[in-house]
Amino acid sequence: MGIDRRNFMKALGITGITLAVGNSFGTPSKNKDESEIEFRGMLYDSTRCIGCRACERVCAKNHNLPEPKDELKAGVLRKTSELQRTVINNYTTSKGEVSVKKQCMHCNEPACAAACLTQAMYKTKEGPVIWRGDKCMGCRYCMVSCPFDIPKFEYHSPNPKIQKCDLCYDRVIKGQIPACAEACGDALTFGTRRELISEARKRIAENPKDYIDQIYGEDVAGGTGFLYLAPVSFKELGIDTNLQNSSYPALSKGFLYSVPSVFVLLPPLLLGIHEATKNKQPKEEENE
Amino acid sequence: MNNLAVPVTKDNDGGSIFKFFISELKPKGKWLTPFNIISIPIILLGVVLIVIRFWKGIGSITNLTQETPWGLWIGFDVVTGVAFAGGAYVLTFMVYILKMHKYHSIVRITVLNGFLAYVFYAGALLLDLGRPWNVINPIIGNSFGTSSVLFLVAWHFLLYMIAELIEFSPAIAEWLGARRARKILSGMTIGAVIFGITLSTLHQSGLGALYLMAKDKIHPLWYSEFIPILFLVSSIFAGLSMVIFEGSISHKVFFNQISEKNHKAQNGIIQGLSKICAGTMFAYFFLQLLVFIHNKNWNLLNTTMGYWFLLEMIGFVIIPMMLFIYSYRTSNIFMIRLAAILTMVGVILNRLNVTVIGFRWNAPTHYVPSWMEIVVTMAVIFTEIWIFRWVINRMPVLRESPAWVNEEE
Ligand code: SF4
Ligand code: SF4
Repeated sequence: MGIDRRNFMKALGITGITLAVGNSFGTPSKNKDESEIEFRGMLYDSTRCIGCRACERVCAKNHNLPEPKDELKAGVLRKTSELQRTVINNYTTSKGEVSVKKQCMHCNEPACAAACLTQAMYKTKEGPVIWRGDKCMGCRYCMVSCPFDIPKFEYHSPNPKIQKCDLCYDRVIKGQIPACAEACGDALTFGTRRELISEARKRIAENPKDYIDQIYGEDVAGGTGFLYLAPVSFKELGIDTNLQNSSYPALSKGFLYSVPSVFVLLPPLLLGIHEATKNKQPKEEENE
Repeated sequence: MNNLAVPVTKDNDGGSIFKFFISELKPKGKWLTPFNIISIPIILLGVVLIVIRFWKGIGSITNLTQETPWGLWIGFDVVTGVAFAGGAYVLTFMVYILKMHKYHSIVRITVLNGFLAYVFYAGALLLDLGRPWNVINPIIGNSFGTSSVLFLVAWHFLLYMIAELIEFSPAIAEWLGARRARKILSGMTIGAVIFGITLSTLHQSGLGALYLMAKDKIHPLWYSEFIPILFLVSSIFAGLSMVIFEGSISHKVFFNQISEKNHKAQNGIIQGLSKICAGTMFAYFFLQLLVFIHNKNWNLLNTTMGYWFLLEMIGFVIIPMMLFIYSYRTSNIFMIRLAAILTMVGVILNRLNVTVIGFRWNAPTHYVPSWMEIVVTMAVIFTEIWIFRWVINRMPVLRESPAWVNEEE
C-alpha cells in the first residue's frame, strides 16, 4: 500500500509539472487588441505605377542582393525569390497593360509569425513583419504557412537565410520611409494603416471610373499592412482572390487552446482508471 | 545469429564495468547477413550525402522548392514515422492503465521501438533545419514561439523521448545488473506512462495541426479543420499495425530469445490487436465520412485526386478493416499480417497525401523527392534498425528479465 501511495504522489508530481508546461504552451502570445495599435503600412496604387522597377533596384541595393536584370514582359510571371524581395509584373487586362508589385503583405495577424517557433518571424509594433537571423532555425514552417508564399529560403547556402520584404524596418525605426517608397514616383505611399485606408477610399470616391471599389488588403487574411488599389478586378492582376478574409493564425488557435485542457483533464482521468483497475490479477489470462 | 548475451546479474564494481561495455560494443553473430550487406552501403552513402548537405546547403541534395518547403524528410520521416511509433502510447495505455496483462510481454519491445523512432525521426528533423545551431533557442527559452504548433510538437517530442526512456529504463538496469536503480526506475513507470500518453495525444494530433494554416495549399479532400483528430485516431491503428508487423519479424529473427510461453501467447496477442485495429479503423472511416459530407466534396470525387482519395479510403482503410474483422473471427494469423501491411501502406499514403502529394497538388511542377533524399531516409531507418538489433541482443527486451528481478518482486 505504501508503494502505491508513493506511485500516486509521483504521478501527481509529474502531472503538476505538466500543467505548468501545458499552460505556457497554450497561452497565445497575441495581444487581443492588436488591431487597435497603429500599424504602419503601404498603399500601392497600380493605376499610378508606371512599371519602371525603381523599387526593385533600390530594394536589391538596400538588402545586398543582386540587381534584377531580367526583362519585364506582360504575360511572363516573375516571382519573388531568395534573390528578389519584390517584383513588378505586367498584366494585359480589359483596361490595357497594368503593372503590379508583389512583396510581403505585412499581415496584421501574420501566419508566418504564428508559425515560427522561435519568434524569428515577428510582427513589430510599428507594423513591419521582420525576420531575425539570430533566432531562426531554418525549419521553413513560415513558408508552409504564409498564404501569400512570401518567405524564401536560400537552399544553396550552408548558412541559409529567409529572405522577404521587411518594409525596411531599419529605416522605419529611424523615422525614414522604406527605400522603395522613397524611390517611387507616387504609386507607393507609406503611412499608418488607418490613414492609408482613408486615402484609398478618397481616391476611389474622387475617381470612381479609374478604380474598382475595393481595397485589396483591407480584409484579406485578417487585414494586411500592404494595401492595393486597382483599375480592374484583382483576379485579372494575378492576385489570389480565393484567400479567406479571416486571420490565418485563427485556424490553429482552436487546437492550441485545447492543449491546456487536455493537460488538465487527461492525466487525472488516466490515473483514475489506473487506480480503478488496480485489483485485476496480474497473471490472469484475459480474453478481453 | 544470436548467441544469448549472458546478462550480468551481479552488481558490478568499477573495473569490470568498463570491460563489460567494451565487450558489449562488439557485434554479435555473423557479419555477412543479407541485411548487413544491403544496409551498410546505404548508411555509408547516407553519411556522405549528409556531409554534402551541411557543406553546400539543403538544396544540394533535395528537390525542395520555394513553393514546397517541406518534402520527404518531414512528410515521411517525421509525420509518418511518428504515427507508426504510436504503438507505444497505445500499448502502455492498454497494459498499465487498463491492465490488459495479456499484452505485457510486448510492451518493452514496443516502447523501445517507439523511443528509437522518436530519436531518429526527430534527428531527421535536425537534418532538415537550415540553421540547426539555433535549435537551442526554443528549448532554453530565449525565444518561445508559444503560438506555434511546431513549438508544441518539438517540445512534446523532447519530453516524450524522456518519458519513453524512463519507461524503458528498467530493461537497461537489468542489463547492467543495477538492482537499486531498477527498483527506483520501475517505480517511475506509471508516472511516465500517464505523462507519455498525454503528450502523445497532443503531438500525434499536433502533427496534423501543423498543416492547419496551409489551408489553400492542401487538396480539399485532405484538408479540413479535423486533421488533428484524424491524425490522432489513425495513429492508434498505425501504431498497432506496426506492432503486429514488427512482432512477426522479430519473432523470426530473434526466435531463440523468446520464451516458450510468449511464443504461444503471440497469436492471441495479434488477434487481440487486430480487433482493436478494426474498431479504431471503423471509427476513423466514420470520421472521414463525416468530414467528407461536412465539406461537401462530392464534386471532387470524379477527378484524378478523387480516385486517389477513394483508393486510399477503400483500398487501404475499408479493405484492411474487413480483413482484420474476418481474420479475427477465423483466427487467421496470415490474414492479420496482410491486413497490418495494407493498413501501414494506407497510413503512409494518408500522411504523404496531406504533406507531399496533396500539398500544392495544382502547382505546374510538383515536388518529387530526389534519390538522395530517399537514400538519406533509408539510411536513417537502417541505422535505427541497427541500434534496435544491438539493444535486443543485449538487454532483456524480448527475453525474460534476469531471475533476480522476479525474486525481488
Ligand atoms: S505575407 Fe506572408 S510573410 Fe508577409 S506577413 Fe503575411 S504571412 Fe508573413
Ligand atoms: S524558418 Fe525561421 S523564421 Fe521561418 S518558422 Fe522556422 S524558425 Fe521561424
